[in-house]
Amino acid sequence: MHLSREEERAYQGELGDGLRRAMEILVVLGDIYGADRLIPVRSVQVAGVSFKTIGEAGLEWIKDLRGRVVVPAVLNPAGMDLSRWREMGIDERFAEKQLEIVEAYRRLGVSPDCTCTPYQIRPDLARRGDHLAWSESSAVSFANSVIGARTNREGGPSALAAALVGKTPRYGYHLEEKRIPTHVITVDSDLKASDYGILGYIVGKEVGDGVPRFIFRKRPDVDDLKALGAAMAASGSVALYYFDEDAPSAPKGSEEILVSDKDLQEVREGFAPDDEVEVIAIGCPHSSERELAEVARLLEGKKVERELWICTARAIAERRADLVAKIERSGARVFCDTCMVVSPAGDRYRKMMVNSGKALAYVPTLCKMKAAYGSVEECVGRATGGV
Amino acid sequence: MEIRCHRISGGRATGPALVTKEPISFLGTVDPETGVVVDPGHQLYGRSLGAKVLIFPGGKGSTVGSYVIYQLKKRGAAPLAMINIKSEPIVAVGAIISAIPLVDGVAASLLDLEDGTMVTVDADGEMVRVEGAD
Repeated sequence: MHLSREEERAYQGELGDGLRRAMEILVVLGDIYGADRLIPVRSVQVAGVSFKTIGEAGLEWIKDLRGRVVVPAVLNPAGMDLSRWREMGIDERFAEKQLEIVEAYRRLGVSPDCTCTPYQIRPDLARRGDHLAWSESSAVSFANSVIGARTNREGGPSALAAALVGKTPRYGYHLEEKRIPTHVITVDSDLKASDYGILGYIVGKEVGDGVPRFIFRKRPDVDDLKALGAAMAASGSVALYYFDEDAPSAPKGSEEILVSDKDLQEVREGFAPDDEVEVIAIGCPHSSERELAEVARLLEGKKVERELWICTARAIAERRADLVAKIERSGARVFCDTCMVVSPAGDRYRKMMVNSGKALAYVPTLCKMKAAYGSVEECVGRATGGV
Repeated sequence: MEIRCHRISGGRATGPALVTKEPISFLGTVDPETGVVVDPGHQLYGRSLGAKVLIFPGGKGSTVGSYVIYQLKKRGAAPLAMINIKSEPIVAVGAIISAIPLVDGVAASLLDLEDGTMVTVDADGEMVRVEGAD
């Protein structure tokens, strides 16, 4: 990989050991993946925040780091709501470690916004054509596919290295030739909002790390796309997909897949809720303002009989404190900075109902709970005593 | 015997070889407090990685493995140096953040080396030296 004179000096340690280590990470990854050079990034989203995932080992590394980020950097969700963790049933020890992690990142200049949807709170972090170093799989998918920015899926250390240097190696999804569709997915169904998570769950399993190009009957809205991309990045490892007519065409001979009503129905039935559901969680990826408004409307005048959590970014909850108050009047709770997948809060339950294809993929593996799926109406219905 | 190699993480160290033909997932396979391989399914089960030059094909598994390598280093239970046939990002990043010399690009025949053979890894000079073998 070619380094500029300035980059070479950093790599040789002339600008301090912290930068040397960061450059080593970028150079090694660049070499492994065949990058020709480093390119500047607009922003960084750092993974490796929940104490549940990185543990003592990760905490020690972050605490020992020295340096200062040179581009805007935000965090992935943490293992708990940073202020209301007691209400989530999080124990003192976990909370202490989690707060230490966020504080250690803050000292490096990383903003303590813990969200999988940085694009919902800070549109300036990613614009069409920008290169980024983002980590969280659904955010990466949204940035590449909906915003038209370019990012690989970074690990914790490589994202932080990119934030300290302000650059990332140019390979993978930064390159035009790696952004060509590999599969054509024809969706033969009039999709409702709650179908996109299921569709993503199915297609992710089929295409793995491919680049699917969808043909829809009607154009999905932004929350539909958020749900679709998140599910494909969880059941498979899709980091880029296309959904509109001006997408590049797939080369001749690309695999073609037809998804019908029957396919969607089969998965739905396989995950139909039953009496075993003890907790219901909405907001994977983090709820948008519009989704919060929808939940508030559905809960109006009702009381929850089962635990109902709605996860969102702190900035959104603060911006729409009115919606949060309405939702919480029902007994449901709006948690920030975290979600059902990365928090240990669900560990005490046997079965969780979700409206997310991504959560459906992860709840059984990362949380060791059974999972059920329904639309947001069905989720609220079950929480408020319906069946 | 001197072997050319490719620097992944800088530095230089000498120690007895510990060799396996199986890839290593540091998360779950290695106890981060002691450096002992605790996965009964692994060829190195029961062996300690500490103070060895660890020679293995490459890493696999969870990316948290990078942090486990760092924790081993802080506990004094990490390998002195590591040699891969082909490094992947988990071990590469783990070695860099832990300041453990790591090289790759050596011939697979190095995996036939006997345990305990003294090996010097000079990552900065991109050279591996094996004692007694010519």
